[in-house]
Amino acid sequence: MKIIILGAGQVGSTAAHHLAKEEANDLTVVDLDLNLLRNLQSRLDIRTVHGHASHPETLRKAGIEDAEMVVAVTDSDETNMVACQVAWTLHQTPIKIARVRAVEYLAVAQDMFTANPSEDKSRNAIPVDFVISPEQLVTDHIKRLIQYPGALQVLDFAGGRVRLVGVKVSPDGLLCGQKLRTLREHIPHVDSRVAAIYRRGSGIVPEGDTVIEDGDEVFFIAARRDIRVVMSELRRLESTVRRIVIAGGGNIGLRLAQELEGTNNVKLIERSRDRARQISEILQRTVVLNADAADQDLLEEEGIENTDVFCAVTNTEEANILSAMLAKRLGARKALALISRTSYVDLVEEGSIDVAISPQQITISALLAYVRRGDVVAVHSLRRGAAEAIEAIAHGDSENSKVVGRSIEEVPLPPGVTIGAIVRGEEVLMAHHDLVVESNDHIIMFVTDRSRIPDVEKLFEVGITFT
Amino acid sequence: MDLKVAQRIVGLLLMGFAVTLTLPLAFSLYDRDGLYIEWVDSMLITAALGLMLWYTARGGRDQLRLREAYVVVTGFWFSVSLAGALPFFLTMAPFISFTDAVFESTSGLTTTGATVLSSLDALPRSILFYRHLLQWFGGMGVVLLGIAVLPLLGVGGMALYAAETPGPVKDAKLAPRIGQTARSLWVVYLGLTVLCAGAYWGLGMSGFDAVGHALSTISTGGFSSHDASFDYFQSAAIELAATVFMLASGLNFALHYTAWWRGKPKVFLEDPETKLYFRLFWIVTAFSIFGLIVTSQETPLLAARHALFTVSSVITSTGFTTVNFSLWPGMLPALLIFLSMIGGCGGSTAGGMKCMRFYLIFKQLRWEVVKVIHPTALPAVMISGRKVDNQIVRSVWGFFFVYATVYVIIMLGLLATGLDEVSAFSAVAATINNLGPGLGEVASSFASVSDAGKWLSAFAMVLGRLEIFTILVLLMPEFWRA
Amino acid sequence: MNRRMQRVLGMLLALFSLTMLPPALVDLYYDEGQWPAFVAGFLVVLVVGVVLWWGARHATESLRLRDGFFVTALFWIGLGVAGAVPLLLVEAVHLGVADAIFESFSGLTTTGATVLSGLDSLPHSILYYRQQLQWLGGMGIIVLAVAVLPLLGVGGMSLYKAETPGPVKDNKITPRIAETAKALWIIYLGLTVVCALGYWAAGMTLFDAIGHSYSTVAIGGFSTHDASTGFFDSPLIELIAIVFMFLAGANFTLHFVAWRTRSFGHYLRDPEFRLYAIGLLVTALGVALMLDLMEVYPDPEESFMHGLFMVVSIATTTGFATDDFSAWPGVLPILLLLTSFVGACAYSTGGGMKVIRWLLLYKQARREIVQLIHPRAVLLVKLDGVAIPATVLTAVWGFFSAYLVVFGAIMLMVMATGVDHLTAFSTTAACLNNLGPGLGDAAANYADMNANAKWLLVLAMLFGRLEIFTLLVLFTPTFWRR
Repeated sequence: MKIIILGAGQVGSTAAHHLAKEEANDLTVVDLDLNLLRNLQSRLDIRTVHGHASHPETLRKAGIEDAEMVVAVTDSDETNMVACQVAWTLHQTPIKIARVRAVEYLAVAQDMFTANPSEDKSRNAIPVDFVISPEQLVTDHIKRLIQYPGALQVLDFAGGRVRLVGVKVSPDGLLCGQKLRTLREHIPHVDSRVAAIYRRGSGIVPEGDTVIEDGDEVFFIAARRDIRVVMSELRRLESTVRRIVIAGGGNIGLRLAQELEGTNNVKLIERSRDRARQISEILQRTVVLNADAADQDLLEEEGIENTDVFCAVTNTEEANILSAMLAKRLGARKALALISRTSYVDLVEEGSIDVAISPQQITISALLAYVRRGDVVAVHSLRRGAAEAIEAIAHGDSENSKVVGRSIEEVPLPPGVTIGAIVRGEEVLMAHHDLVVESNDHIIMFVTDRSRIPDVEKLFEVGITFT
Repeated sequence: MDLKVAQRIVGLLLMGFAVTLTLPLAFSLYDRDGLYIEWVDSMLITAALGLMLWYTARGGRDQLRLREAYVVVTGFWFSVSLAGALPFFLTMAPFISFTDAVFESTSGLTTTGATVLSSLDALPRSILFYRHLLQWFGGMGVVLLGIAVLPLLGVGGMALYAAETPGPVKDAKLAPRIGQTARSLWVVYLGLTVLCAGAYWGLGMSGFDAVGHALSTISTGGFSSHDASFDYFQSAAIELAATVFMLASGLNFALHYTAWWRGKPKVFLEDPETKLYFRLFWIVTAFSIFGLIVTSQETPLLAARHALFTVSSVITSTGFTTVNFSLWPGMLPALLIFLSMIGGCGGSTAGGMKCMRFYLIFKQLRWEVVKVIHPTALPAVMISGRKVDNQIVRSVWGFFFVYATVYVIIMLGLLATGLDEVSAFSAVAATINNLGPGLGEVASSFASVSDAGKWLSAFAMVLGRLEIFTILVLLMPEFWRA
Repeated sequence: MNRRMQRVLGMLLALFSLTMLPPALVDLYYDEGQWPAFVAGFLVVLVVGVVLWWGARHATESLRLRDGFFVTALFWIGLGVAGAVPLLLVEAVHLGVADAIFESFSGLTTTGATVLSGLDSLPHSILYYRQQLQWLGGMGIIVLAVAVLPLLGVGGMSLYKAETPGPVKDNKITPRIAETAKALWIIYLGLTVVCALGYWAAGMTLFDAIGHSYSTVAIGGFSTHDASTGFFDSPLIELIAIVFMFLAGANFTLHFVAWRTRSFGHYLRDPEFRLYAIGLLVTALGVALMLDLMEVYPDPEESFMHGLFMVVSIATTTGFATDDFSAWPGVLPILLLLTSFVGACAYSTGGGMKVIRWLLLYKQARREIVQLIHPRAVLLVKLDGVAIPATVLTAVWGFFSAYLVVFGAIMLMVMATGVDHLTAFSTTAACLNNLGPGLGDAAANYADMNANAKWLLVLAMLFGRLEIFTLLVLFTPTFWRR
């Protein structure tokens, strides 16, 4: 696919890294900073253009005329939106993705953006197929983690009917020290599949005889209502979260507080007095504290030892790391920290911080879902990025599709790819070898080798009579 | 929040209190009044209670957190008030009900000075001395509270005093801070008491009376060993001495420390609260003298003598009397009640809302009036040239409102127990301001009040002593939710 | 006073004089021979008004904010005095100056305290005049002035700012002052008409119906009978009265919105209204329960009716009575009196401090307590999810303090004139809150109070009606500095 990436910042360059790996993609990256471009150029097989992202001339130089997708991820919401407008108006670029951060725009996103500008002519909306709001993504991510205390990662598929949860096994988990197949015996009425296991940094393909060890990171999928039961097999279930402390009153912190304050006891620590006052006006039940999150006296004063989750989501990753570690030391049950450098994630999790969240990682995941051919609905990177979980729709019939009408055993999956579950309408079916794929099924697969992804895409392509 | 630390401290304090009971015990033995067994019993029971509390809370954290201080202070006052009722209940049985014993004990410890006892002159000296002693210890506790604890907690604007703690302790944690402050203030408190006792004795009181009344004067408590209070002595000189020492006890003890111990008596002249305090004193005294003369109740000299004594007794919420001021003409009784609401200076043993708060409210009120005319004016309330922090102003406002509301609620409660309107209104003032005598039915004694009324009054005494918020905080679910 | 103010005052007096004609017509209808007094009054006031106006007729500048206060105070006083003229001249009763002034002010400020007795046998014109005074006072003659005077070239904005009650002064319901005033006036008129029809249909004579509707919707409380509403002994009439007192005590802007949008949703969404309604209901039930338990009335239905009626009447500061509540036992009289301190809603015709202020004060007090638990938290006071700006909060604090200070000062002064404690307390409260009936010596009427006390109480009525600050600013030097 011909892709133009506007903006060589964190997200732009990471996206470039990911996309450039696949030979099928033809990438061009645009930015105003020559050094960034030079850097990228030296490492990846891409084209770079120096110029302002939304200027028509720059876009022309980048090859917008025959581009299939433009990904606008510059620092400026406005530039991103205008670039998409230009791309459509002048060149009818098929797929346009824009990163929009400002809450003010997002609040009216439904009315302001349209994915079908040709049909929606009367509305005069800005033509953007997919609006990425990194803050909203991070907030949702953290919210889900909080919902499942003990989870390392929670991903939604098929509109939330199926969840993929990553859990670190603890010694008091019922399955610890047992073979994987005993899961069936422990919870016979619950259907779930283990997608992947990470032991000491490397992945293992899960089989019935695999023995679950303390410290393993197990990724499993199950229907939403069964998640907790399965989790309890892997680690002692923690009580529903009640007391949350959020450090940082920026966009993420504020949003988190807003979404959590209804059902939890939330305190938010913000350093700036004016900002503290501002968010205090918006929040209804959160206690907003005007202080430094790494102030030990304050944390003790506010009963940190009784805190269930401490979320460090300030704008500075050093502050996040410090305050999260301090909180843990003073007795908080769990600490989450927002880290911007993905290379720190591993380092940080060796220490006392339970979960390090990389906004870039999350944004990329969302982004990459779009850069897939065929009827791929969602793609998520599992932790550490070494594998991906893909949700795809099987279209067509047994004549023109390689998937429909065949049992799971028979589907010609590329090596390293397994099917985890099938969602048929509202029903969630865990993958068994004799399950037959029907048309319009949502199929959830795990891919350990990313280079195989194009093969998966091809698999789901339908014959010439379907487009 | 770990309540064990609080419990341990309260247990220790109870044990300490038990030890102090040796003093009245000594009197009992010396006078051979036949009550020493009851005294010993009281000591043992109290000590046992304290020990039990302390023992069951062993272990756990060492340091007291700020929030737990509320629990300590409240727990201490309630438990010692109850424990202090034991001696009364035991030594005066069967003539005294438990309700009365608690009332008297609370009135002593909170330095209120309202009494349910009669025929004081006929009571054994051990009991009389005990009453004085209760007040004296209560007074010391109040001073510590007002100077070391409440400013740190910031209750009702008390944060204003935070900068004035004597000694180098400004940034210390709570416990060491209290310890250091106590040592400095102890000297002043003891010194004033000794001077007062000396003056009383020199002017003609018996040794026992001199010491006892000095204990009740410096603590601005008001318990006397005579039914007629200070009128018993029939001496203008003694009344004058009392006036001087009462007024002195109504001043900020931290200032006393700086003035006498550090040799800088000028601090009093520069302190705005002290100035307001004296101004109020003189204005009300003048009104009183004028009122008394005009209604030709007394000669000018007599009027002055009575007015000076009574007003100083009321403004410091001591409660000694030489006349029944509820019989004064016109607006004077009500004026005095209002004066008791304002009270003495912060950091003293006096009760009431404290002059400083009144000062701030008044200044802020002036600004509000100005703002009505000039809406864009930026008000800045200043004290001694420094701007007062907004947070403090807000807490003072909040305090005033809560005070008024609590006042009304308790008044309604007392009305419901059967008191008439005037008595109920003044009874609240007498207790929540830790004054002692009220008007109407409670002008000289609370004996005729119903049991329910006595319990409510005792509660009001502690409420006022602890500056209301300290107790209200404990009623908030947010407090316990940590 | 400068020429601008003089002009305005003159105009208003002239207009006011016209209101003395209807009573004259009433008198002619009933042929009772009092009409000369009213015609004379009309002429006197008209002449004074015209003379004042004539002397300053060329002053064309509009008024500044500062002048607005002065004018407001000035012509409430002016109109109050003017209103006393017919009462002085009338032959059927012989009122001294103090009494006439008292009655007139009590009418205009919608207080409802009366110095007259034997109302049932007084000439209709006098009765009508009193009722009418209240009706006029009700909407605040200012509102009329705002609607009428702009046509005459007086800047209405500054006056409006001075008059509007309540803490959120910038909440105008339509952008133009004149339209706002007109809208409120129409609602007021509408309520009066419906109320009168209701009374009439329920059995009152037409005269009584109109008269009582005047003082019901104005939340005044004057009646044409000594026994007040109790005279009719009709639960239906009492019910109608309750409904209209309740409506008149609610925020008129809510009525306006309901009328415009034809829906009642706004009422329930307004936090003040909710508190008002629920507060009244709960208090009424409580009082009814107490009445029943104390067996004041033979059956529960009577207790309930009396309880509900008196609570609504007194809490909204109307002042109608179905029975003598000062004779009720226990805490009830004081409790009821205290509810008048809360009063009705802002932007109504009621008195008291206004429900919304109490709501805000409570929230602020609560915040201060919670602040002690989280010293570094940023806590805001919110109404309906919206943060209230600090300026509004401090204004409310200021109002509360000023209210209490004025209350205390006036009460003391009334005591100084020789009035006993209970009467002084209750009459000051009843007048400051524009309630009407007091306790003690003033339970039936104010006739027996001494003249000085009456003047002081008139002052209290004014303070209450003008929401304290409007009058208070005139006492500050800042105001007079150019």
